[in-house]
Amino acid sequence: MAQVKARVLIRPKEGILDPQGKAVERALPALGFEGIEHVHVGRMVELEAESPERLAELCEKLLANTLIEDYEIQTL
Amino acid sequence: MTVGTPKYRELGLTDSEYELIVEKLGREPNDVELAMFSLLWSEHCAYKHSRKLLGRLPTEGERVVMGPGENAGAVDVGSGYAVAFKVESHNHPSAVEPFQGAATGVGGIMRDVFAIGARPIALLDSLRFGELDSVRSRHLLDGAVRGIGHYGNSIGVATVGGEIYFEEPYEHNCLVNAMCIGFAKIEGMVRAAAAGPGNSIVLMGASTGRDGIGGASVLASAELGEGDEAKRPTVQIGDPFEESKLLECCLELLEKGLLVSLQDLGAAGLTSSAGEMASAGGVGIDIEVAAVPLREADMEPFEIMVSESQERMLAVVEPARVEEVRAICEKWQTGSAVIGTVTEGGQIRILREGDVVGEMPVEALVDGCPLYDLDPAEPSGWIYGNRETLAAGASPEEELLSLLGAPSIASKRWAFEQYDSIVGSRTVRRPEQADAAVLQLPEAGNAIAVSIDGNGRRVACDPYEGTIEAVLECAQNLACVGAEPLGLTNCLNFGNPEKPAGAWQLDRAVSGLADACNALGVPVVGGNVSLYNEGPDGPIYPTPVVAMVGELPDPAQVAGDAFVRAGDAIGLIGPFEPSLAGSELAKQRGGLKMGLPRPDVAAAIAACETVRDAIRAGKLSSAHDVSDGGLAVALAESAIAGGIGCDVNIEHLRERGAQPEEALFGEGPGGFVVSGNRATLEELGAVLLGEVGGDAVKIGAGDRSLTVSLAEAERAWRSLDLA
Amino acid sequence: MIWGVLQFPGSCDERDALRACEIHGDGARLVWHEDRDLDGVDGVVVPGGFSYGDYLRAGAIARFSPAMEAVAEAAAGGMPVLGICNGFQVLCEAGLLPGALLRNVELRFRCHQVELTEEGTGERLSIPAKHGEGRYYAPEEMLDQLETNGQVAYRYADGHNSNGSVRDIAGVTNERGNVLGLMPHPEHAVDPLTGSTDGLRVFERMSRGEFANHGLTKSPRA
Repeated sequence: MAQVKARVLIRPKEGILDPQGKAVERALPALGFEGIEHVHVGRMVELEAESPERLAELCEKLLANTLIEDYEIQTL
Repeated sequence: MTVGTPKYRELGLTDSEYELIVEKLGREPNDVELAMFSLLWSEHCAYKHSRKLLGRLPTEGERVVMGPGENAGAVDVGSGYAVAFKVESHNHPSAVEPFQGAATGVGGIMRDVFAIGARPIALLDSLRFGELDSVRSRHLLDGAVRGIGHYGNSIGVATVGGEIYFEEPYEHNCLVNAMCIGFAKIEGMVRAAAAGPGNSIVLMGASTGRDGIGGASVLASAELGEGDEAKRPTVQIGDPFEESKLLECCLELLEKGLLVSLQDLGAAGLTSSAGEMASAGGVGIDIEVAAVPLREADMEPFEIMVSESQERMLAVVEPARVEEVRAICEKWQTGSAVIGTVTEGGQIRILREGDVVGEMPVEALVDGCPLYDLDPAEPSGWIYGNRETLAAGASPEEELLSLLGAPSIASKRWAFEQYDSIVGSRTVRRPEQADAAVLQLPEAGNAIAVSIDGNGRRVACDPYEGTIEAVLECAQNLACVGAEPLGLTNCLNFGNPEKPAGAWQLDRAVSGLADACNALGVPVVGGNVSLYNEGPDGPIYPTPVVAMVGELPDPAQVAGDAFVRAGDAIGLIGPFEPSLAGSELAKQRGGLKMGLPRPDVAAAIAACETVRDAIRAGKLSSAHDVSDGGLAVALAESAIAGGIGCDVNIEHLRERGAQPEEALFGEGPGGFVVSGNRATLEELGAVLLGEVGGDAVKIGAGDRSLTVSLAEAERAWRSLDLA
Repeated sequence: MIWGVLQFPGSCDERDALRACEIHGDGARLVWHEDRDLDGVDGVVVPGGFSYGDYLRAGAIARFSPAMEAVAEAAAGGMPVLGICNGFQVLCEAGLLPGALLRNVELRFRCHQVELTEEGTGERLSIPAKHGEGRYYAPEEMLDQLETNGQVAYRYADGHNSNGSVRDIAGVTNERGNVLGLMPHPEHAVDPLTGSTDGLRVFERMSRGEFANHGLTKSPRA
């Protein structure tokens, strides 16, 4: 049975305060990295599914909280 | 691997230890056996340089329910209940990966407590790092505090106390000692000894991976190439959610009487767990590695036997009850598998799909390690450095502020607010509300107090007197909340015992610990030893961390360390012979050297009783022991805590021989700063110092008199509120 | 009144909640997450802790449990439901309450006593807060709606909002007012031995259905 390998990227919605992203961004110059901005920290879920049909539903229902997060499905 | 070096040496065994193993087996050990011996005969597991010394410690008492040798110690708190407790170190893993090192330290000590059937109800942590101007030390501090919070908070056990010290000698060897307190009905408690040949060995909890194997990787049959380090991780990763399920599962199994015995898996994993269970029970054990649930495929037998994957427990179960046990594990969503059998004959056998791949007498593995005598020799002087951080000619105000702001003395609020200190609804005194944590035991109708203490710098000045001081300080902290000590646990963190100076420190410290416990009548119910804490700059300060649990009858009569109302008299109870030797002030002046005055142990003990009884009778508004930073700091701390100043004069204390500066900032055990009704204080024999009131800390001390506003004192004391 | 206190793998404060209900003078029992049976239960507490390890998102997995399905039904029928801390997170994930809880702006778990103001009455409560993800968030339009409906139940008092919650919101109700979510822990403020007893007021008001009387008193922030 063919397996679909997928990677779901979940990131904070634009406009929502992302203190983790900010903290990382602020720490970069001290570590020698200049010119990096708009850092956001999110989550990544990898899975194998028998079919890609219900992946979006899975994302909407469980993997992401669509009030505060955006998601992107990458099939590999 | 160096060509020509025998494998056993790479694994840490000496030539003579190896010869002894060959003699006991009657042949050369194979790789599986070599791995097992190298771990159980390591210092960490066998205590080969400390076991003989530990025999000096008093371990018996009427209230002792479980003593050293069991997974944790326990004392009787009345009404059929016991309080279990133990402290353990996780120093080396924390220096590598502080978050996981500290987290798994907490996880491990909790398993020791619920392995005897006690529900964990509290945690405390004793931490030591280098000075805060070191980026590395800040990183370790941050990681360790987050790791402790992560694990303790997630599993729902309150972290109610602890201490953090910052001293240069810990820069390359931080100390992370974790303590757990548990509560149990005495009749429900269980021992570790395996029993009943024919009984099943059940492994519960998480699956087994390659955590912690690093050191034994020389035995891998496959060649290690580049990129293969990932296959041999040294860092153990903790999962508090997994432990939470395992904990509930084990307690339910014990409550239903389904287990013959229970043992946690910690250092050296299955090897030590199975070995110790068998040894305690005088039986043998067969382990079938093919039955162990694995997280990674194709693990070799030696890897399975030495893996330090976390959140696993080993139980002995009668065959007829195995299904019930597995059903309860299923309910709690935690893994279970029958992986072996208890046997007669005292052999531990490792099998893979029925074939014996390793075998040795239990006694040889667990008790056969040679114990070494130390070769102590007192060093000729102070072997640690000195660093001046306080300008000469500082005013007494500047000195007080410098001491209040010293990271070792300053408020640890930044750290303890990262811990859930109230889950369980038992916490009557949260961190920094009193000198000891207090937990109510409504089931037993009383309460317990806990304190964990140890000033390595002072122990370095005199390991014998310094250790006695640590024990007395612990007792004093308990007295401040009206508690009487019931038992003591300790973690001995020291340098290399094979060096004469290190041996001397360890030898003298253990004697001090024994003498102090005997004087107090408090038994040692368990503990831990961590040696070889040395870096390129030398050893750590000798750091015997001491923790005591005490009982008190009424949690409503506990007071605290804060001044309560203007007009209350302030007094000093107990012996007061302060000296600047070993003090924080001496450290800041760069003047540390060998030598501590002998404390008046009898007077200190008497003062503890006086304060304890007075607190229980509700006679005092506040009680706070004089320790780091001396009397001036103790007064300032009580003032800051209460949000109200004080006006005292300590010149008459000089009649006891103290110079103003010694009286202000000298350290040493025995003294309590108390406040309350003036007549009451006089009745208790307190030396009156002055009154609570105003918005400044005013101390009359002859030509070293000082006045510091409460606001400024508090600002200094909050120096650790790191972003 | 009998409270049912849900218990998930990883719940921490369920026994504290049981105890608080009893101290308040009500009966209480634990409800295992796999049970749909709310028989004899007059109100539900979804307790604090780290259900399912907070894995994926706090409350994201717990909200799918059979017990929560039963709670959702009961709530729709008007049963009082009190979600505390992780419980608040579960109720938001389940859609029984508006908004979401995000990571504290300080990026640290913090356990400390906070002062809350009670909307409508102005009463001040001292209650412990202990969480790492307690920053309340909802989009502006939703917030305006909540204010208009009187669904904001509690706010952090001046200087006491350390997690960065929008409009200092510490607790909200659903439209009907029978479901209340609160980030700080009232069940840890019921015993004089362990701190303040102001938390009893929250249980009191829940059991009397007092949060349903909103809408009549406009929030001063609207």
